[in-house]
Amino acid sequence: MILKIDNVTKNFGGVTAINETAFGVAPREIFGLIGPNGAGKTTMFNIITGNYEPTLGEVFFKNESLKGLKPHQIVRKGIARTFQNIRLFSSMSVLDNVLIGFDFQARYSFAESILRFPRFIGEEKRIKARSMEILDYFDIAQFSKDKAVDLSYGQQRKVEIARALATNPDLLLLDEPAAGMNPSETEELGEIIKKARHDFDLTVLLIEHDMKFVNQMCDKVLVLDYGKTIFEGKPSDAIKDKEVITAYLGDFNHD
Amino acid sequence: MQISLTKHHGINVAIVAIAVWFIWFASGYFDEYTVRILNNIAIFIILAASYNLINGVTGQFSLEPNGFVAIGAYVTALLLITPDAKMYQYAIVDPYPFILTLHSNFIVALLLGGFFSAFLAFCLSMPVFRVRGDYLAIVTLGFGFIIKILAINTPEVTNGSLGLNDIPEFSNLYWTGGIAIVTVIVILNIVNSKFGRAMKAVRDDEDAAIAMGVNTFKAKTMAFCTSAFFEGIGGGLLAALLTSISPDLFDFFFTFQLLIIIVLGGLGSTTGAIIGTILVIGGSEWMRFLDEPMHLFGYTTTAMPGMRMVVFSLLLIFIMLFAREGIMGKREFKELFKSRTKGDK
Amino acid sequence: MDITIFMQQMLNGFSLGSMYALIAIGYTMVYGVLRLINFAHGDIMMVGAFLGYFGIAVLGLPFGAAVLLSIGGSALLGMFSDIVAYRPLRNAPKISLLITAIGVSFFLENAFNVFFGGVPRAFPVPTYLEEMVDFYGLMMPVSALLVPIVTAILLVVILWVLFKTKYGMAIRALAFDVGTVNLMGIDANRIISLVFGIGSALAAVGGVFWAINYPSVEPMMGVLVGLKAFAAAVVGGIGSVGGAVLGGLIIGFTEVVVIAFFPELGGYKDAFAFIFLILILLFKPTGILGIDFEKSRF
Repeated sequence: MILKIDNVTKNFGGVTAINETAFGVAPREIFGLIGPNGAGKTTMFNIITGNYEPTLGEVFFKNESLKGLKPHQIVRKGIARTFQNIRLFSSMSVLDNVLIGFDFQARYSFAESILRFPRFIGEEKRIKARSMEILDYFDIAQFSKDKAVDLSYGQQRKVEIARALATNPDLLLLDEPAAGMNPSETEELGEIIKKARHDFDLTVLLIEHDMKFVNQMCDKVLVLDYGKTIFEGKPSDAIKDKEVITAYLGDFNHD
Repeated sequence: MQISLTKHHGINVAIVAIAVWFIWFASGYFDEYTVRILNNIAIFIILAASYNLINGVTGQFSLEPNGFVAIGAYVTALLLITPDAKMYQYAIVDPYPFILTLHSNFIVALLLGGFFSAFLAFCLSMPVFRVRGDYLAIVTLGFGFIIKILAINTPEVTNGSLGLNDIPEFSNLYWTGGIAIVTVIVILNIVNSKFGRAMKAVRDDEDAAIAMGVNTFKAKTMAFCTSAFFEGIGGGLLAALLTSISPDLFDFFFTFQLLIIIVLGGLGSTTGAIIGTILVIGGSEWMRFLDEPMHLFGYTTTAMPGMRMVVFSLLLIFIMLFAREGIMGKREFKELFKSRTKGDK
Repeated sequence: MDITIFMQQMLNGFSLGSMYALIAIGYTMVYGVLRLINFAHGDIMMVGAFLGYFGIAVLGLPFGAAVLLSIGGSALLGMFSDIVAYRPLRNAPKISLLITAIGVSFFLENAFNVFFGGVPRAFPVPTYLEEMVDFYGLMMPVSALLVPIVTAILLVVILWVLFKTKYGMAIRALAFDVGTVNLMGIDANRIISLVFGIGSALAAVGGVFWAINYPSVEPMMGVLVGLKAFAAAVVGGIGSVGGAVLGGLIIGFTEVVVIAFFPELGGYKDAFAFIFLILILLFKPTGILGIDFEKSRF
């Protein structure tokens, strides 16, 4: 297991957003976290990324506890994320957006950058070349000099994923990647994520509402409802599960 | 890639060469009044470019310059005034003995002023940047007051409200202009490195920056300390230009002027900070008439000291409401010449 | 220390703290709905004090009427500043809003300086406020008693408005989510105007009290008081009205008490609030009664 959620509970004041949830994600798996609105999916993401501290329980990444680590340190351990509503750096070009992902990987000091030492020039060249490769992989290299926010929605989503990959992650968290995209864009995105999993040696954990997308993408899903796990297994089985259907559609049999 | 790099280098070298030539020419041929204004402009370019680094590039609203400029000015002055001159000017109480022994050359005095400011900025970073919210603005505003209170209440060091006099007049256009050029180059080099990218990322979206592994606390602290360092140096140059300083010199108006400069030039643009400085410092000289009695349609108004400040504050509000991008937006000089197909907002 | 002097100092601290509290409430409420440090708030207090002065000294109004003029005028000015300077920037980056607030602050200070001069003007305190009364063995002017009593009454009123009226509910809802409030059919802009009105009215009362205690008014009087009141709001917990009052009292008491015991620190009196601000940011950034606004970021 590359990621292990060990009996995590999260309370906000009196509200329990996540209740003793436990699951594991295997390397190279595409794992779906699904459930109705307010089920605690995004809270779970924010616990993994270190934005929230779990009330109880722990998160293990590559058998190492993430307890006490700050969000930017967790990124450096190899967990990258995208946001539900795309959050690109609005004043920057597409290339600069991706270059931010190399922030902690570029090896030069403050003084070296001020004095423009050879190491600065070499490192900048290296990370620019790597960034262009990633952009090229997503077929958006031709936009590298444009402002990221001027791109179409589908392309912006690609920039966001490219930017996350620039941090060289082992685990990629995607928060509703297909939201706001048309069917053909969704299709294309699905293909590229599947491909990237092999080419970048990735494990993917995603939150999604589009069940067709989940079915097409995920090896395994976990269904959350009111912070509790109600199903874990294959996506094709999830949609047949009685409890899952009840959670999504409401209970029709009042017995 | 390589070709465009060398092309940019060529332009940069040419700009620096023209600036150096101008400093030489102005020192030799311009009258004293003009040279004084040029000295002011050079010092304010240092201050504005560094103030812009924290406010414009990193997007952290700060009201610090008067505090750090005061620190730099006092440190430099204490190191430059000769022990003999010090003996006579402490009129309120006798100075601490070590104050009398302090002495160094100009460059060391300037650097120490800068480092002392940067150190204080580092101390302020701890409480301010660990928390979210715009506390930097209020803490730095308070810091300016505290520095003034300290300057008045420690006459053993600062000679209280009488201030320090007989500071050797080391500053000339070579020093002020030369340091201004170095400052602008250093700041542009920071902006165009991973450190500058991290600062811009903090400005655009702090959460997203964290999600990219950026240590946002470090990025903000670096910007703030660099800013304070150059403000300290600017303060030292100012002290050695004016030859006397007192706590009243470093009131909030100082900061306010710099705020107008960077807002007018375009928050986030170093080129804009330079253009803003020339317009505001030059314009400020020109607007002196506002403070004096006016003759309008045969009537003569009484003198209204402070009218300039009213105009300045209205100008600031108008820019924010109607021309928020200022003159340059977030762009730099060279970007003006890039042909763009898409609208650049 | 003799017990009457001790009591005297306590009352002084309470009185000073109450004035900070009145001004801090405006900071905390505006921060609650706009996340804006309204730098001009201290200057609104100055305008309030000036309006009281004009009411009595120029228009010859009785004290009560002058206070009403001050409250009404300041409330209008506060709402006007919001509509003209802040409302157009609702969707702009936060830094634009802060810069505009600094601009408004500097404008008010300098406009008053140009038109009315920087020399402090003596505030015409009505004689009945200067009469000495016997308060449990302490002789003190009526005004020293009036400040804490009026503050207490205003605090009760403001808490009642916030927690028992529909406008108060809307204000509290706005502090959490502007979008939702708009969806619920409440005009967020009207509520924000209301907040500016209430905050400025309280600042005006604080300003008049200040003018009575130090009996003078001048254009820069709001700068330092404003800064301290903001520190008070942060110490108490920004966003919380009760916290603003608590923070105001803490800072007021500290200033009075420390100087009573250590007169040699008198020159540093104005630095205490700032030190409190730094300490609270270091150790408990949400303040004593604060709300963690950052929780709902994701």
